[in-house]
Amino acid sequence: MIGTLLSGDLPRSKVLSVVMVAILLGLALAPFLFPGTRALNTAATICVFIVLVASYDLLLGYTGIVSFAHTMFYGIGAYGVAIMLDRMPGSWAAIGLGVAAGLAVAVALALVIGLFSLRVQAIFFAMVTLAVASAFMILASQLSGLTGGEDGLTYRVPRVLTPAFKLFQDKLFGVRVDGRIVDYYLVFFAALALFLLMLRIVNSPFGRVLQAIRENPFRAEALGYRTVVYRTVANGLGAGMAALAGVLMALWQKYTGPDTTLSLGIMIDILLMVVIGGMGTLYGAAVGAVIFILAKNYLQGLMGAASEALAGLPLIPHLVHPDRWLLWLGILFILSVYFFPTGIVGRLRK
Amino acid sequence: MPDALPDALLTLAGVHTHIAQYHILQGVDLTVPRGGLTMLLGRNGAGKTTTMRTIMGLWHASAGSVTLDGRDITAAQTPDISRLGVAYVPENMAIFAGLTVRENLVLAARSGPLADDRLDWIFGLFPALKKFWALPAGNLSGGQKQMLAIARAVVEPRDLILIDEPTKGLAPAIVQALIEAVNELKATDTTILMVEQNFHMARMVGDTVAVMDDGRVVHAGAMAELAADDALQTRLLGLSMDSHQ
Repeated sequence: MIGTLLSGDLPRSKVLSVVMVAILLGLALAPFLFPGTRALNTAATICVFIVLVASYDLLLGYTGIVSFAHTMFYGIGAYGVAIMLDRMPGSWAAIGLGVAAGLAVAVALALVIGLFSLRVQAIFFAMVTLAVASAFMILASQLSGLTGGEDGLTYRVPRVLTPAFKLFQDKLFGVRVDGRIVDYYLVFFAALALFLLMLRIVNSPFGRVLQAIRENPFRAEALGYRTVVYRTVANGLGAGMAALAGVLMALWQKYTGPDTTLSLGIMIDILLMVVIGGMGTLYGAAVGAVIFILAKNYLQGLMGAASEALAGLPLIPHLVHPDRWLLWLGILFILSVYFFPTGIVGRLRK
Repeated sequence: MPDALPDALLTLAGVHTHIAQYHILQGVDLTVPRGGLTMLLGRNGAGKTTTMRTIMGLWHASAGSVTLDGRDITAAQTPDISRLGVAYVPENMAIFAGLTVRENLVLAARSGPLADDRLDWIFGLFPALKKFWALPAGNLSGGQKQMLAIARAVVEPRDLILIDEPTKGLAPAIVQALIEAVNELKATDTTILMVEQNFHMARMVGDTVAVMDDGRVVHAGAMAELAADDALQTRLLGLSMDSHQ
C-alpha cells in the first residue's frame, strides 16, 4: 500500500523514513500541535514550497535543466487565481477559472521556451529563462490595471476559507476549527497529492528517460529518445506544478504581488532548498524546504533568545545578535554543502 | 567508391566529417556485409570512433553518403537512426550509472516490456547482470559495465550493432568472456561493426576487416587474410598480430 502510494520509491534509509514521517505528521497535525497564526503560516508555506522545490528538482535534479524561470511559473499560477478572485470576489468559479488559466499559460509558455531554447547548451537556456523571467516581472509590475502593479492584489476568497467560517461549533482538541484551518488543509492535501503525483512521474518510464538524459543526452539519443522533446515536456510539467504551487500560495495568503511570487530572491531560495535537501530525490525537496523555511522563520528569534541568554559573555552575544541571522543562515548553507555534497537525503541514502 | 554489394547492409561512400575546424574523415569508403562481423582497425587518431559516430548521426558528414539497407541516413538524426534498428555501444563503458541494471535494459527496450526469453539469453551471455539486477549500474566493475553496455544493445533484435573498443581497459579473463559473448551474438546473424585495438580479439571474432589511416580506409578484405599476412599487418598497422597474442 505505502509502496504503491510512493510509486515504489521508498526512502531507503531508516533515518530518512523517520524524518519523512515526522514531516508528514508535523504538517498534518500542525493546526493542533502548533496553534497560532505564525506557526500555521510557516506550516502552509512549507507545504507550498515542498511542491515548488520538488517541481524544480524535476528539472534540475532529474533532467539536468538549469532554469531561472521557475518563480515566473509560480507567479503565473498565483496571479491567475488572484486576478480572477479580484474580478469575482469569494467565488469558487473564479478559483476554477484562475487555476485553468494559470496552468494553461504556464505550461504553454514553458513549452514554447523549451522548444526554442532547449536545443542549445544548458548555459544559454539558463540565460534565456533569466531574461524571460525578468521581463515577465517587469511586465507584471507595469500592468497595474490587471495585476495591481507593485502593490499587488488583495482579494476575497470563498467564505469557507476565511476565519469567519466555523466548521464545528465546539473546539476540537482545544482548537477552534475555522475557515483558516480549512484553508490550511486544502493547501496540505493538495500539496500531498501533487508531491505523490511527482513521485509517480519520476518513477515512471518517462522519469527514467529524464534521468538517462541528465546522465548523458547523447547516449539517450543513441537509444532512440528525442531529448529535446523529453526536456520540453519536463519543462512543461515542472512549470505546471510550479503554477499549482502558486495557486495554493495565492489561496493561503489572499494577497499576490511581484515580491512574493516573482522575485529572483525566491528563485535563489528554491535553489538553496534543492541543494540542501539533495538533487535528484523528491524527498530532498521536502527536507530542504522544511529546514530552510524553519531557519528563515525562526533563526532570527532563536538568535535573539541566545543573545539575551549569553549577555554577560564577551563577543558571543554580538556574534549571535539577531541582526546577523542572514550571516548564520549563509554559514549553515556552506556547512551543509561541505558535509553533505549530495544533499542531506543523498547522504542519508548512502 | 565501393561497389554497392547486394548483401551490403551499411555503405559509406566518400564520407568526410569535420569536427570544428578539424577535418577528421577524409573520404571514408566502407562496406559492411549483412550478417557478419566487420572489424574496423587502425592506429589511434585514424578516425575509427568518428566513423562510428558519423554512422550514428552524432556527427554529421559534411560530404559523402551513409546508406543503411538502401536508405540514405546521411542527414538523419540519431534517434531516427536508432529506430531503424541500429544500436551503438560507445567506448568507455557507456552505461547510465545512476540507474539500476534493470532500468538500463528497460530503457533500451523500445518496443515494449523485456521479453523473458531474450532476458534469459542475455543472462546466459552475461551472468553477472542477473546477479546485480537491482543494483545501480555505477556499482558494477569495468567488465560488468561493458557487458551491460553490450546487453543494452542486444536487448532487442537489431539489424546493426556498432561496438566501439569493447575490451578497452579490461582484464584478459573478461576479454575472453567478451569474445565468447560476441561469438554467440554472431550466431544470431546480427550484423556487427566493431572498432578494436586488441588484435587477438579482432582475429578471434572478425569476418571482414577495414583498416583506417589518416581519416580513410586504406585496406578492406577478409580478416583471415590479414591475420595470415605479417607483412601486411606491419605495413597497415605498424605491428605484427603475433606480438599481440
